[in-house]
Amino acid sequence: MQFMLLFSRQGKLRLQKWYVPLSDKEKKKITRELVQTVLARKPKMCSFLEWRDLKVVYKRYASLYFCCAVEVQDNELITLEIIHRYVELLDKYFGSVCELDIIFNFEKAYFILDEFLLGGEAQETSKKNVLKAIEQADLLQESHKKTKDVVSI
Amino acid sequence: MSDVVEKTLTALPSLLSLDSQPGSAKLSSTSKLGALIRGITELTSKHEEEKLIQRELASLKDQVSSPNTSMRQMKEAMVRAIYCEMLGYEASFSYIHAIKLAQQGSILDKRVGYLAVTLFLNENHEFVLTCYDYKHIIPIIIYCVYDTCNTPLVEEKLNHPKEIIRRKAVLALYKFYLIAPNQVQHIHNRFRKALCDKDPGVMFASLHIYLQMIKGYKDLTASFVTILKQVVSGKLPMDFNYHSVPAPWLQIQLLRILSILGKNDQSTSEIMYDVLDESLKRAEINHNITYAILYECVKCIYTIYPKTDLLEKAAKCIGNFVLSSKINLKYLGLKALTYVVQQDPKLALQHQMTIIECLDHPDVIIKRETLELLFRITNAQNITVIVEKMLEFLHQSKDDHTTIDLVGKVAEIAEKYPLQTMNTVFSLGGDMIQPDIPNSFLKLLSEGFESEEENKKLRLFAVDSYILLLEGETRNLPQRFLQVISWVLGEYSHLRNDLDPARVMTLLTKLLEMRQTSSETKTWVLMAMTKLCSGEASVSIARSVCEDLSSSMDTVQRQRAHELLLLSQDRALRSQLLPLCSDPEPLEVDSSLSFLDAFVSEALAAGAAPYKPPHQRQEELAQQKALSLEPYELSLPINMSSSCVTGRQSPTLMSVSSGLSGDSAELSHKGGSTTLKLEGVKRVWGREGYLSKKEPVEEVAQAEIPSPLSSPNQHTGASGTSSNTHPPIPTPEPEQEKQQLASSLFVGLGSQSSLCLVRADIYALHVAVFQYSLSVIRPVVHFEVMGMLSYQSSHKSHEVEFTYKLPLTNFIRPFTVSTEQYGAMWLAFSNDTKQNLNLVTDGQDSLTDTLNVLKGKLNLHIVEIIGMEGIVACRLAQDQPCLLHCHIHAGTLAVWLRSPVPDLPDSLLYHCQRALEGT
Repeated sequence: MQFMLLFSRQGKLRLQKWYVPLSDKEKKKITRELVQTVLARKPKMCSFLEWRDLKVVYKRYASLYFCCAVEVQDNELITLEIIHRYVELLDKYFGSVCELDIIFNFEKAYFILDEFLLGGEAQETSKKNVLKAIEQADLLQESHKKTKDVVSI
Repeated sequence: MSDVVEKTLTALPSLLSLDSQPGSAKLSSTSKLGALIRGITELTSKHEEEKLIQRELASLKDQVSSPNTSMRQMKEAMVRAIYCEMLGYEASFSYIHAIKLAQQGSILDKRVGYLAVTLFLNENHEFVLTCYDYKHIIPIIIYCVYDTCNTPLVEEKLNHPKEIIRRKAVLALYKFYLIAPNQVQHIHNRFRKALCDKDPGVMFASLHIYLQMIKGYKDLTASFVTILKQVVSGKLPMDFNYHSVPAPWLQIQLLRILSILGKNDQSTSEIMYDVLDESLKRAEINHNITYAILYECVKCIYTIYPKTDLLEKAAKCIGNFVLSSKINLKYLGLKALTYVVQQDPKLALQHQMTIIECLDHPDVIIKRETLELLFRITNAQNITVIVEKMLEFLHQSKDDHTTIDLVGKVAEIAEKYPLQTMNTVFSLGGDMIQPDIPNSFLKLLSEGFESEEENKKLRLFAVDSYILLLEGETRNLPQRFLQVISWVLGEYSHLRNDLDPARVMTLLTKLLEMRQTSSETKTWVLMAMTKLCSGEASVSIARSVCEDLSSSMDTVQRQRAHELLLLSQDRALRSQLLPLCSDPEPLEVDSSLSFLDAFVSEALAAGAAPYKPPHQRQEELAQQKALSLEPYELSLPINMSSSCVTGRQSPTLMSVSSGLSGDSAELSHKGGSTTLKLEGVKRVWGREGYLSKKEPVEEVAQAEIPSPLSSPNQHTGASGTSSNTHPPIPTPEPEQEKQQLASSLFVGLGSQSSLCLVRADIYALHVAVFQYSLSVIRPVVHFEVMGMLSYQSSHKSHEVEFTYKLPLTNFIRPFTVSTEQYGAMWLAFSNDTKQNLNLVTDGQDSLTDTLNVLKGKLNLHIVEIIGMEGIVACRLAQDQPCLLHCHIHAGTLAVWLRSPVPDLPDSLLYHCQRALEGT
């Protein structure tokens, strides 16, 4: 996978993850053009795009578009399922996730993504294991905070 | 106190979300990020947003550079910096602090620090080097996989007791491998250890590496096959299931590896046949994920060394994709077809009607993929239509990338089939194309390529195809194309030894007599005739042409005609002026025409009018010209569309309308010096009017004797005449167009499906009815009936070929059986196919409604309907049954077709789908 973008129906970027080295200028250009292209497509159209020299797979969940760019030889359907699995993970973590969850806790959304995809490849496909890893980190954070709070009080 | 509240909050991030919980809005606004986000959403203009963010960035900058900022505050500041960057504002001052945080903070601070580093920096950034010396790689941290290689450190982690760390370490090495394969060469045996890891996650991670460097590991084929076998049969823990499919990601990765291993390698491929078969069988649930596996499987089967029965199954799979009503699957079906069509063009033939429909699909992506598919099946016969379709798409395309891609493809075709492509471009682009295109094409022909052999072949081919073209309908060819044709025939006809110049002359004469031919083209034609004119027959043709033109209004034509007359009589002069096959020598042109100076001054002195530049003369002549040009301009656009129809026929079909030559001969008889008088005279010899004119009385007398029937083609195995004949039902107009398009697109793909030939001789004004029985040998979606019609006019005989398409439905009959008989047969039949179809949902009982639609449209027999299930039967005209089992599943009609006849289920399924599509 080359990159993943989450953006709203209004075209606001909510999350971006780049797995290929690109300059900020290029990233901005790609984001702007791709968001426009995807938003212009009608609901019943195909979820795959041949866009520039990339293959783009996108899917809309409520007000959010999830959009992945993959290599030409990659399997489109499995990419679609990667998106779906990520949404499932977010949903499980936040408890029926909505766009606002991702806006206000975008770093969490990144942590989950990083446990699921690493360097652009699916690293852990078991939903349970991903969530376990995240929960462990959260627990660590909580206990860490508590000890700190006790000390500061 | 509020500080404590804030700490608790960041510790419990799930509370932060703006659920409907009371007070949550208030709470989150106390966090700085929350306040920032809120602030932005309240703003109305982009300008205000920019001001706010700049303020925010300024305060962030102060905060991160202050020595008093705690790690926790730093972490919080970093999150805000990430947010600002996401909105498109640069926060480069925070980069170095992100790296510091990643190196110095506690585990949790590091986590945010690394997140910030991965988001801010890419591997080319100068700061990345500073990340090099992190001392403590801790669990979460192998995160930053594209940081500079520190292989020994990561290598160590491959032995970590926790599987999550081993997994990440493997992925880190994978990334190292992509960046610098040589640096990890010494640890290949480690990868093998990872492959054998007891944790499936670690094993899965190692597959990424193997996919990259698999070529050197043929010996592992059996291991991969074993792993896939275990996965497919559900030996992995349930955790790895995705929508009840066992580890799909793992399966796909393995299939990819296998396809690389088995490519061009029979013995390796043989090891994997079984497991591929198993994978195809297991993937039965109707879910995206199974289709993803199936798609990968099909690709693998077509990549490795072929095995017939697997290929058949894969082809069936592709069929299901293509015929699917889900647009994503349809797209992949087209893609798969594109992938396999070079090996198996017949597959495209099977789905030709679907492909035609996709060509007009409202979604550009589908359209483009279809063009890609057509591009792959381009051959000498269908090239015209395909290039036409591509140009059509190019006209509509707005996206630069697509345009570049398509233009490249057209150019690629042009390289393979230079002549055909250029012919298409000429006949389509018509008179719109730039004049330099035909010029450079002629230049290419005359200068040619490196090898003389190639040149000759190309020229001969040009001559042959243009002769064919002229023998056909020439009325709709654009002027520029006619000019090219004339030039080529004039220049290269002599290469074809067996070609009588008189024949070419006759064809060219026809062009001269055509009303549409512009005077410019006529001069080209005359020039060509001048070059050709040798032998007695030609000379006499030339003479008659010259006689006609000697009274022409056009001075240039008169001039050329005169030249023709003179040169046709003086062979020596002609060969001197127009040598055969002259190698183009660079001509030196004195553009100032200085050599004429003496002549001009002499003429002026003798009282001649001074020279007027062309534009001045043109103005004076404007009226005259406009008059003579008008009719040509008008007639062109009207004829253009029909030119596409005739133009797209393959060269082999061109001779069909050769009967016209008789027609034009007649025309010249009656007209005498026709060319002049035709202007403004109503045309009697229109294309349609031409047959109705043929009513000579003596032929009616002949017609009383019915002509003997020729025996039907042996392909049919037909049994003489019988009452079984179907009166030809005209298909609706658009449908016919599509079928016509299909026949021209898929010509030359090795069709075995055209069924039989009817040969009949019919005399004018006599309607002869012939009855033949057709029976199906091998079912296909449509059958093609071809025939030859020959008739006589003015003691000349003509032949016209015709084709007619019959859909399979014409051969389907209801098949009355009892439920018990049905059950017995069902088990005995081996050819089957499954598909979900649209339901008719207007009425109460959608199953009955749907089946009634099928019964009405396809002539099926409904055996029984029980609850949500229905069984239906039909047979071909011969005794070849097909059984359908239908049940309602998730809002669609799941049908399962079985038959003892191969291909019958698939072909019938197509018609079922069509029948239900409109509902």
